Amino acid sequence: MPQGILAVTEQADSALKNISFEVISTGKKLAETTGGPLTAAILGAGVDAMASQAAEYGADRILLADHEGLKDGLADACIQAVAQLVASADPAVVLIGATSLGKDIAARLSARLNAPLAMDCVAVRADGDRIVATRPMYGGKVLADVSLNGSPAIVAIRPRAMEAVAAQGAAGEVETVAVSLDGSTLSLVEKHMETGKIELTEADVVVTGGRGMGGDDFAVVEALAKALGGAVGASRSAVDEGWRPVSDQVGQTGKVVAPNLYIACGVSGAIQHLAGMASSRVVVAINKDPEAPIFSKCDFGIVGDLFDLVPALTAEIEKLKG
Amino acid sequence: MEIAVLLKQVPATESMIEISDDGSAIKTEGINWVMNPYDEMAVEEALQIRADTGGTVTVFSLGPEKVAEALRTALAMGADTAVRIDPKGKPLDGLAVAKVLAGELKKGAFDLIVGGHRAVDDDNFQVGPAVAELMSIPHISMVIKQDVADGRIRCTRTIDGGTLVLETTLPALITTQRGLNEPRYASLPGIMKAKKKPIDTRPLSETGTDPGAPMVQILAMRLPPQRKGGRIIEGDRAGDKAVALVKALREEAKVI
Ligand SMILES: Cc1cc2nc3c(=O)[nH]c(=O)nc-3n(C[C@H](O)[C@H](O)[C@H](O)COP(=O)(O)OP(=O)(O)OC[C@H]3O[C@@H](n4cnc5c(N)ncnc54)[C@H](O)[C@@H]3O)c2cc1C
Ligand SMILES: Nc1ncnc2c1ncn2[C@@H]1O[C@H](COP(=O)(O)O)[C@@H](O)[C@H]1O
Repeated sequence: MPQGILAVTEQADSALKNISFEVISTGKKLAETTGGPLTAAILGAGVDAMASQAAEYGADRILLADHEGLKDGLADACIQAVAQLVASADPAVVLIGATSLGKDIAARLSARLNAPLAMDCVAVRADGDRIVATRPMYGGKVLADVSLNGSPAIVAIRPRAMEAVAAQGAAGEVETVAVSLDGSTLSLVEKHMETGKIELTEADVVVTGGRGMGGDDFAVVEALAKALGGAVGASRSAVDEGWRPVSDQVGQTGKVVAPNLYIACGVSGAIQHLAGMASSRVVVAINKDPEAPIFSKCDFGIVGDLFDLVPALTAEIEKLKG
Repeated sequence: MEIAVLLKQVPATESMIEISDDGSAIKTEGINWVMNPYDEMAVEEALQIRADTGGTVTVFSLGPEKVAEALRTALAMGADTAVRIDPKGKPLDGLAVAKVLAGELKKGAFDLIVGGHRAVDDDNFQVGPAVAELMSIPHISMVIKQDVADGRIRCTRTIDGGTLVLETTLPALITTQRGLNEPRYASLPGIMKAKKKPIDTRPLSETGTDPGAPMVQILAMRLPPQRKGGRIIEGDRAGDKAVALVKALREEAKVI
């Protein structure tokens, strides 16, 4: 009988990513109804030091897949490792972060195990014997409760949707599982990471510039983002103009962000844009057109020229932070 | 190169979505249906590869009769053949769709399969990699650049915080990401020609694939909480407004 929960983690620069703690914490909470154990899976090369991080969030047991082939976090190697860890833990539920890597793993794992998958979920609970997950559909215009009937139930969790809470696990017993990656077919030619840039989907604050920026000089929004320790986003119009890279795009066909604070500057508030930022906690709109639709979808609005207002805001925040 | 493209018809992204009275689906009246934007990129990329290497482009869609419109758009853009698998009303979850598509794709000898990285209706991010898994071939998701040569494909894909350049052997499956290309519009002669092309329609029951009962079922749909109109911060000068906003963000909203 499969039982308990396997929380699949992800790491960057020899530390578990925030999403990993969110996944373990979600597992901890779910285990209150489904029963345990809560096992955390850590995969990579030279990962034993990360086991204690997983234990701090309440994993009862930790499975390590330590293999040179997992060093680069390539999807096909990770899928093989995760499939073997699932076989070893035999869980009723597999939780994983819905990151770009996690989505690949979840989708292939579901097909490999003929198991139900709910992708990009913002809530999950046990309802009797079945798992019920809540997931946005239609670009966030709808929230759906879906039931997963089959085993293991695979639930991929949207970054920042669940809280990471430090908790005490039983003992955090650590076990290494020897994995074989013989089936790997992808080879890495090059990896390019944008250094020093906060990932939009992980940022606490996002400051977005739209067509109202009028050109590729985003200095004023960059300065505000920096003062707030946040990331810079862009509307699709700003991306289409070539002012910003596609990876900065927020919206239904861009990234879905859920920061504590979202500041939209020179963005009109098209439905496709709103779809990508509607679950932000607090939304501020700055637009010179008092009729701009964004004003009806924000918490605070300022009517005026962003080139006056944004620097004034930055100055005020810098003053505050000393 | 024999190329297959997977495409889905979805509500246009500007659609206002309403929920049906029983709460388990969306209301379909008045919705403008279009080809999933990521699948338009898939068609475009397939056509560009065909232009370089020769071969054919076959587009596949699993869906009701209406999806023939999206298939015709693909034909008008330049695809050679279109296949529609008709579920005849059978409910299918993402994995079931992948099983049916993989079953049909296995009947061909495709070197490359191109899909979208997600369909903007169910946002499952699932069908592409699942099809690859069921066909035991490699996949590369969220591709923004590709090169095919000598039985291999080299792709640049986006990951969180950067990009990877990956290489694998054909046959393979890739999924598209914004930035890969700008899909062409169908030309008028293309549209005329596409009207006459037949669509190879296959009832699900005759495909030989039994996807089984869906393992994922929608229990209930609801609209997320909507923001009401925001409070407009007043003030004489930019500086005054900035002070008032920062105060509100700090003392009321407590976000800074
Ligand atoms: C299939 C499809 C998918 C799409 N996906 C997305 C998506 O993912 N994300 C997305 O954002 N859009 C998306 N769109 C596009 C969307 O419909 C809008 O066209 C786009 O969001 C508009 O961007 P914008 O608000 O920057 O520009 P505009 O609508 O042109 O608005 C610019 C705003 O800036 C204001 N402004 C101008 N100058 C100033 C100034 N100096 N100070 C203050 N305000 C100023 C103006 O009053 C105006 O309100 C999609 C469209 C389609 C068809
Ligand atoms: N019913 C379908 N018919 C054909 N292709 C599909 C279908 N559903 C999904 N796809 C393909 O799979 C991709 C991802 O869809 P999804 O997993 O539903 O988000 C889409 O962009 C299409 O390329």
